Amino acid sequence: MLQTSLSISPERNAFDIHKSLNLVKAEADWVGLRYVSETQHARRFRNEHSDGHNISLDCGVMVEVMVDGHFGFAGTSDLSNSGIQRAAARAVSMAKTAGRFKVYNFTESQRPKAVGEYRSPVYKDLSSELLSDFSETLKLATQALKVSDVIAVTEAEVTFIDTHLQYASSNGSDVDQKFLMAVSHFAATAKVGNETQTRSDNGPRGRCLQIGVEAFDRRELLERCRVIGDEALQLIKAPNCPTDTMDLLIDPDQMLIQIHESIGHPLEYDRILGDERNFAGWSFVKPQDFGKLQYGSKLMNISFDPTVPGEFASYAFDDCGNPAKKEMLIKEGVLQRGLGSLESQARLGLPGVANFRSSSWNRAPIDRMANINMEPGTSSVNSMIEGVEKGIYMKSNISWSIDDYRNKFQFGCEYGQLIEDGKLTKVVKSPNYRGVTVPFWNSLKAVGKAEDVGIFGSPFCGKGEPSQIIRVGHASPPCLFSNIEVFGGG
Amino acid sequence: MSFTENSKKQFQKLTEALFAELKGSEELNISLSAEDSEFVRFNGSKVRQNTAVEQRNLTLTLQNDQRKVNIETTLQGDFESDYKLCKSLLLRAREETKTLPPDPFVVAMANNGQSENDYQGERLTFDKALNNILSQTGSADFAGFLANGPMIRATRNSKGQDHWFSTQSFFVDYSLYTVNVDGENKAVKSVYSENTWNEERFSNKLQTSLNQLSLMKRKSQSLKPGGYKVYMAPGATSELMGMFSWNALSYSAMKRGQSAMAKLYNKEKTLSPLFSLKENFALGLAPQFNSLGEVAPTELSLIENGVLKNMLVSTRAEKEYGVKANGSDISSWGHEFLRSPEVMGGKMPEKDALAHLGTGLFLSNLHYLNWSDIPTGRITGMTRYACFWVEKGEIVGPIKDLRFDETLYNCLGSKLEAVTVEQHIDPTVETYIARQLGGKKVPGLLVNDFQFTL
Repeated sequence: MLQTSLSISPERNAFDIHKSLNLVKAEADWVGLRYVSETQHARRFRNEHSDGHNISLDCGVMVEVMVDGHFGFAGTSDLSNSGIQRAAARAVSMAKTAGRFKVYNFTESQRPKAVGEYRSPVYKDLSSELLSDFSETLKLATQALKVSDVIAVTEAEVTFIDTHLQYASSNGSDVDQKFLMAVSHFAATAKVGNETQTRSDNGPRGRCLQIGVEAFDRRELLERCRVIGDEALQLIKAPNCPTDTMDLLIDPDQMLIQIHESIGHPLEYDRILGDERNFAGWSFVKPQDFGKLQYGSKLMNISFDPTVPGEFASYAFDDCGNPAKKEMLIKEGVLQRGLGSLESQARLGLPGVANFRSSSWNRAPIDRMANINMEPGTSSVNSMIEGVEKGIYMKSNISWSIDDYRNKFQFGCEYGQLIEDGKLTKVVKSPNYRGVTVPFWNSLKAVGKAEDVGIFGSPFCGKGEPSQIIRVGHASPPCLFSNIEVFGGG
Repeated sequence: MSFTENSKKQFQKLTEALFAELKGSEELNISLSAEDSEFVRFNGSKVRQNTAVEQRNLTLTLQNDQRKVNIETTLQGDFESDYKLCKSLLLRAREETKTLPPDPFVVAMANNGQSENDYQGERLTFDKALNNILSQTGSADFAGFLANGPMIRATRNSKGQDHWFSTQSFFVDYSLYTVNVDGENKAVKSVYSENTWNEERFSNKLQTSLNQLSLMKRKSQSLKPGGYKVYMAPGATSELMGMFSWNALSYSAMKRGQSAMAKLYNKEKTLSPLFSLKENFALGLAPQFNSLGEVAPTELSLIENGVLKNMLVSTRAEKEYGVKANGSDISSWGHEFLRSPEVMGGKMPEKDALAHLGTGLFLSNLHYLNWSDIPTGRITGMTRYACFWVEKGEIVGPIKDLRFDETLYNCLGSKLEAVTVEQHIDPTVETYIARQLGGKKVPGLLVNDFQFTL
């Protein structure tokens, strides 16, 4: 057996960002280079068999220039001197041509000098794990998920993302950030006749962290897989979620999408400015709402926090060199601050956050979420359940939809359990709920404790023209909402 | 030498060199995806961001001894660097095929023939593009997106297969905005896409949008949730058809309990005799070969007069489930998807759509669709852009957007009343990671008692 580890070392020409910057720095008022080298390792097993091993290596440079107050971007995977120079010339040419129609007259203050580095908190890197051992873990996971013959399909999938990001600019920026991330999906599908029900590990690919191979301790993982299998069996026997208005207790692995869609996106300044309205949409939030809008109940405290160790979208600097720090977006239910980069802050005249992020070297940065978190409250899960006469506890997102102004949403979960007279009772399948953003958040009546916070995220937040998929983190305790419209399948 | 010509030359040289590195019974497929694009984002009839992207991505698929590994990489564009990189990746793939457990559903590679299609237009220059677009939209509140330049898809394998598809094209995906008498933002949406810019056709397209926008200035109609008769214009139909690519017609997904069309497959449900759907590569929107170079039939009937004729079956699914493959591609998540769908036209002339609707909703576009209950084929989503309340065949005014929750079995089944004669091409405007090829050809649909919930 070969001693092949998970780590990959391709023979690629070395790239020196500082030398490359020197090649182009005289051609514009300001020049920045953003180098991205990323390797994704996606390993999938299904029903005990290998079901896909996909490795992707993405490597290139975005040359960014400012000419007469307008930025031009040119991305290239040609990292030779001539490739970088050609990209720089193209960026300058486009900036000059498009600058006649520029939306705003930017300055170098939107590209502050930034110097520093970042490293994901990792205990076991990819070189410490053999490919054969890791494959065996995934195979065993598919076996552990099959707790009964009723389980027809078992899936075990892990993607490691190993990213190196460098940023250097003509005004002295020099940033080096390295990330190691893991996204996982373990699922069991139960089948009886023509009916199927799937239960997964906190929802499909909801487990996203900056972490190393230590995330996949074999014993702990297999035990978790057995629980998932058991819950799939519960669901296949369960009745549909009833249609009613009742209290709703939401687990952290569903809070992630509730926060993402109904807080994160509407607070993005580029949506508020209308940049995004031809694609993902506008926002119901207006500039004058900051400092005034009662977004939710007084229990609602929401932060932008790219400094949480291990959370999926933690970093030290955003892609224009703005240092990352925690900011409160909503305090005691009142809207305080939005998700706007230095460019959007200048255009709107509002304070923002360090969120100018791009998906890779081939896209210009735009206003994004990073980690958007619900700050913990004081209620235990038991006390929240005990306080509910008629309600439901929903876990793990599988369906999500919201309008282009981020008002009317509908979400579906994998697993529901009714709460009757202060007690958890029967399991129900296909639980869904719907609501309107501000009234919904104002119905928040209890927030779980710090010890019950779950840290999740998504690798698939889509936005932008050209479109970009970016990674976001969401941490939250379980939260209780009153009088929500819930319904099931059928 | 143009980007396309240079990429082709490099691809042929690199693939030959890599095929020469193979040992024993190894099989290698190499796919290329490349673009040299200019992107411009507009807001308020001004330029928000402009980006040029030149990228070439190569995917090596190495198979040996029932093992399979895919390694994708960006290329630099010069042979020496790329050969060195790809050779090291081939060695890595070889190590993996010696380490990984077997995959019983690996399909042996074959020579699936040769083809070459090159759709070249006159490249729109950046300066001309901005002038053309902003000179005509300057007086409107215009937000939009221009993507312009050549795109390539190619695949070769060690068995002799060799397919090439390149195109030079652009699209302007845009929306126009106004504020109606109630002070609400209202918008209309359109796309202009061709191989070569035509000033008159863009102007006509824009004028149609402006005419529609004038109707959006009327008072908003606020409707209660419930069932309404709707006319889905082709833009809305296209959104709805997108759901068929989200596992619904995938044979692999159906076998794994993840298809919303399982009841159609099991003959527990039927769709309307008015509804027919096929894959049609004669539309010329996407390559007929898939990522492994397997060539799909020019046409493949999927649903004919409401009855399921075929699901999408990849060669991998053929090996696993024993049903015949039909050239379908498979996503990295293991499910087949539509690449060039066409919904067949019906008998209702488009010009009579409002008269047939009578009283109900005209829906130009839908937004953010998702399955809300897969076993019953139920979808939720929103209305968006030019959606109107219609009474006695006359537009009354725009609506406040509504959420729907309805099953495909209903809206394409017993509730489907008519399909328009005319079909329209809806080109894909997706640019995640890279510009995508493809599109749909769809008619308008008249649907009774469509369920709105919020």
